[in-house]
Amino acid sequence: MAPHDLRRPFKRAAISDQQRRRELALQRQAQQRADSHARARALASSLLALQSQPQPEPEFKQEVEMEPPPAVVSSVLEASKLKGSEARRWFARQLMLPEWMIDVPPHLDRDWYVFPRPAGKRCFVVSSNGTTVSRLRNGSVLHYFPSALPNGARIKGVSGPASAYCILDCIFHESDQTYYVIDMVSWRGYSLYDCTTEFRFFWLNSKLSETGACNPPSTYHRYRFSIVPIYDCDQMGLHAAYAGSVPFGRDGLLFYNKHAHYQTGSTPLAVVWKDEHCSQYFLDTDNKGEIPAQQQVVLELQDDGKLTTSDDPPVVFGSLDGEFVQKSGLHSGNFLRFAIKDGGAQVVDGKLEMCDIQYMGKANRARAFADGYSKVFFQYTARHSPLRIDDLVASIQPHLHEDEKTTDVEMTD
Amino acid sequence: MAMEITQVLLSAQSPDGKIRSSAEEVLKQLQEQNLPCFLLSLSAELSNDQKPPESRRLAGIILKNSLDAKDSAKKEELSQRWVNIEPSVKAQIKESLLKTLGSSVGEARHTSSQVIAKIASIEIPRMEWLEVIAQLLSNMSQQGPPALKQATLETLGYVCEEISPQDLEQDQVNAILTAVAHGMTQTSQNSEVRLAAVRALYNALDFAQTNFENEMERNFIMKVVCETAVSNELEIRKAAFECLVSISSMYYEVLEPYMETLFTLTANAVKADEEPVALQAIEFWSSICDEEIQIQEEYDGAETASSGSLHSHFVEKALLLLVPMLLETLLKQEEDQDQDDETWNLSMAGGTCLGLVAKTVGDAIVPLVMPFVEGNITKSDWHCREAATFAFGSILEGPSVEKLAPLVHAGLEFLLNAMKDQNCHVKDTTAWTLGRIFEVLHSPPVTHSVITAASFPRIMSVLLESIKDAPNVSLKVCGAIYFLAHGYEDAGPESSILTPFLGEVISALLLTADRSDTGNSRLRASAYETLNEIVRSSRIPETANILCQLLQEIMKRLGQTMEIQVFSSDDREKQGDLQALLCGVLQVLVQKLSACDETRFIIQQAADGMMVLFLKVFACRSSTVHEEAMLAIGALAYATGPEFAKYMPEFYKYLDMGLQNFEEYQVCSISVGVVGDICRALDDKILPFCDGIMTHLLKDLSNSMLHRSVKPPIFSCFGDIALAIGEHFEKYLPYAMPMLQGASELCSRLETADEDMIDYGNQLRHGIFEAYSGILQGFKSSKAELMMPYGGHLLQFIEAVFRDKNRDEGVTKAAVAVMGDLADTLGPNTKILFKDCTFHIDFLGECFQSDNDQLKETATWTQGMLGRVVS
Repeated sequence: MAPHDLRRPFKRAAISDQQRRRELALQRQAQQRADSHARARALASSLLALQSQPQPEPEFKQEVEMEPPPAVVSSVLEASKLKGSEARRWFARQLMLPEWMIDVPPHLDRDWYVFPRPAGKRCFVVSSNGTTVSRLRNGSVLHYFPSALPNGARIKGVSGPASAYCILDCIFHESDQTYYVIDMVSWRGYSLYDCTTEFRFFWLNSKLSETGACNPPSTYHRYRFSIVPIYDCDQMGLHAAYAGSVPFGRDGLLFYNKHAHYQTGSTPLAVVWKDEHCSQYFLDTDNKGEIPAQQQVVLELQDDGKLTTSDDPPVVFGSLDGEFVQKSGLHSGNFLRFAIKDGGAQVVDGKLEMCDIQYMGKANRARAFADGYSKVFFQYTARHSPLRIDDLVASIQPHLHEDEKTTDVEMTD
Repeated sequence: MAMEITQVLLSAQSPDGKIRSSAEEVLKQLQEQNLPCFLLSLSAELSNDQKPPESRRLAGIILKNSLDAKDSAKKEELSQRWVNIEPSVKAQIKESLLKTLGSSVGEARHTSSQVIAKIASIEIPRMEWLEVIAQLLSNMSQQGPPALKQATLETLGYVCEEISPQDLEQDQVNAILTAVAHGMTQTSQNSEVRLAAVRALYNALDFAQTNFENEMERNFIMKVVCETAVSNELEIRKAAFECLVSISSMYYEVLEPYMETLFTLTANAVKADEEPVALQAIEFWSSICDEEIQIQEEYDGAETASSGSLHSHFVEKALLLLVPMLLETLLKQEEDQDQDDETWNLSMAGGTCLGLVAKTVGDAIVPLVMPFVEGNITKSDWHCREAATFAFGSILEGPSVEKLAPLVHAGLEFLLNAMKDQNCHVKDTTAWTLGRIFEVLHSPPVTHSVITAASFPRIMSVLLESIKDAPNVSLKVCGAIYFLAHGYEDAGPESSILTPFLGEVISALLLTADRSDTGNSRLRASAYETLNEIVRSSRIPETANILCQLLQEIMKRLGQTMEIQVFSSDDREKQGDLQALLCGVLQVLVQKLSACDETRFIIQQAADGMMVLFLKVFACRSSTVHEEAMLAIGALAYATGPEFAKYMPEFYKYLDMGLQNFEEYQVCSISVGVVGDICRALDDKILPFCDGIMTHLLKDLSNSMLHRSVKPPIFSCFGDIALAIGEHFEKYLPYAMPMLQGASELCSRLETADEDMIDYGNQLRHGIFEAYSGILQGFKSSKAELMMPYGGHLLQFIEAVFRDKNRDEGVTKAAVAVMGDLADTLGPNTKILFKDCTFHIDFLGECFQSDNDQLKETATWTQGMLGRVVS
């Protein structure tokens, strides 16, 4: 055997640019292949979100009559290209809507998070294709703006693949012009709909700040984003959420079940609670911002004249006779405002029943939903025997055996 | 049976072409008509001392070529022919050959020993002719002539070289080693015998595993080799050191007791022996370094400390003596060593070894080398200045940045000045050292670089001046600029530091590429390749104008290559090489400018012109496709998107050619990648070309001649096509699916002891998963049910991969993703599948534990998809 060649590479720069070009080309191809797969997959997750909605949605009938049926929107990306009322209809269905707390959920300290709800406009923020759009609960656009969210602005090097869109559930807080992120629905093209709250909040906390979205505003980042402090709902956590100092105006507390997925529409696994101490909006206000003497509710008029809440299935709170409907020019699907006369409602077997409500007129055109049952109930008890913070605290007495908790609540009453 | 063929053999070597070719024709006929008889006649000719040496020589050569060939298919065919020959004929041939070992004619002995080894290589692995070892060894025991012993030892060496250790029994190995050692030690033996014995030992070392495990036998072998390493004859000493080099890598873990002796031996050789021996002695230490570096890498890569091999730290222990010995060699440069690629002398070997020592021991080498550097770098003798610089450049890889950075800071200005040294070697080594500094201490990210915004302009101006120096210096300067630029790749705003110099650097590199004062083509290649790095590192869009001008210039140059006069295949090759470099620059420019929204239009506007050029480049060759042009087209397809459709009719024939080029597998591989690019650019507009493409891809997969590395990308490419054409993939399904299933079965049978095979297995799995992903997602909206029959098999395959301990992270991600795709596309139909096998829960669990965010995200998505069907 010829002994191996003694010569080793000598003073040679390690340039093999040809190999490097091959490798870079392969990297580019692999990245682009991954992008195409991600696009194909993203299509899936958002379709899923659409299909999980009961269809057709009733709340837009008012406008829908003259318009074609909702286009089949196959992805958030495409949805973000929708214009006008189509976009509004689509996005109006995408938010998870907490019910109002009418009784204290069991195992609050074990299974729930609590956090202060910033006062402001609840909205959906979507970053994609180099721009960011925020849409209110009814689907209408609040802002178009550049942001540091992935693909949220047209900046060189930063804009990722087109599929890297993000969807955040936010509250826009007017006075400090900040979007407070209360949930993360989709991040870099990956859907978090099917993830537990625990995971989504973990993801939210670890991902958002990485992007620079929490930095002060700049040319390519018009609004600051911020994270709300989230606590385990034990006594400390509840106290911190209720009374701790926060940089925003507080509008009640939100309670999220740790194991729940992000569910579009109204859900009992996320609940909102308020009292006059932690919210200026403890009692509903009217158009003029004043608290009316009588509780008012917005209900939806059905074909048969029944007046229902926005729940699924809807709760019937009364009915209008056909003649009145015709005379007043009302149509099924209209949202109508009613006042509850004194003594016009009562709680029977833990359920709220209406007996005397007075028609006041059509609700604001921007309305996308009737009131939910839990809201009506909450507002009702708020005026009569509110669920107080002490009740919540009492439900999470420490060091007590689980079984004893419920009795404990009764005892402190 | 043997024929008289002496005259034909002599005629076949006649200077008269006519006689020669008719004799060759006769020989060919004899071979075809009756091979056994022909071989027998050849062996008779070779063994007959009465015949002229010329006819015997040719007989030997023909005999050898009838048994062995370089091409493995041909070799197999020849072996088979030999095996089929009548045993009695074979016996006669072997007997003649063995007899020839005792011939008085050296050349006949030599040829015969080669032929014996060839026959042994066919027969011994088949458990035939095992007695040949004994027959050969019997030549050694008798008081035969030295010539017979020499030829016998040579034959034993060749036999060992041809067969592998498991082909021999241990007692045969023992007997061979004994005979060899005997041949080496008997001082009474003549030097020819002893040389043949050392060389035979070199080939037999591989067989001596068991003997090296036994302390007594090992001691004996080592003693014999060490004694031989100081014998009187140069060739024997050199051969003995070759054995030591080989032992150092084969039996590193048992060398401890001998290291003191070995150090003394090698140190003496380096200091005082003749160059061929000294070079081997240095190589011994380089080889020890290789071993220790590899062990350290294993340690670093291993999860637990126990899994690495034994590390004896020989280099560390010998450091105090080893380093001065190597530094001494650096002063023995030759005048023109930088011009010649063939030179390998003491200073080159010593410097290279010093670099390996630095890699092995890290920081510890620095204080041992710096006094030498400081003491010599200002001396008037250029040898000293060059050696000092070379020493410094050699130790830059290994020690920590913390250790090196202060030294580099202190010495950088000196080195920059040394680029004006009056000696060319000093400048060459200085430029090389600067390149090393940039490579090691200025790599991305630049935050810890030794280069500051303040020193950058000075460095740049020195390099731009020195690139005009002698070609060998200029070449090293290109390397320095390459690594200087590389530090700013992906550096964001930092890379703007290059912007003011960009125009000047680009023109300097273009001028360098045009230099005619060197016959060496490496300078031109380096200049263009450095240009590539400059493009990659420049900041866009601020440099868009300059890059756009460069694009025009390179296109112009590529156009000019078509006018090169081509008279010979050599000219054709030169033209092709230049086109490769220029296409390379275009590819880099296309990729750079199309990655940014604001500059993509530059590529889109130039696309037509570039495409015309690439097609012309293709047309310069008749049978093969230009690899670099193909790569550039892939990048262009991405930049143009659906617009690329207009080039398809013209381009398709070359793509077709590339996909069929299984001999040059790189070309085939790149063509496969380009199909993927085009799929993503055209989507379903690629449909009219898919029949042809799929046909070639399927043929490539079935082709056993095609290099295996191309096959995984072909599977990924199936996925690309399926995703692009969606439901239209249906007609390829009956062909593609059996391929995928066959390949997944192959994965489970791959050798798992071999690291290369493990890598290959992972690539193959990755490709298979990407194919499934593409097909599943492609069918999702309309033909999902077509994949129903394959779900179970796919899931089984995923499970097998989950349980495979050699699975890498890329495969894991692809496997998890395809699980989601399966659930996504087939929906509730997969409920039963997933209910039946619950491994996916553990699999996803594993992914959520990972540190890799992308993997976690993929797993989250898959969990969501599974949640829909399972819950």
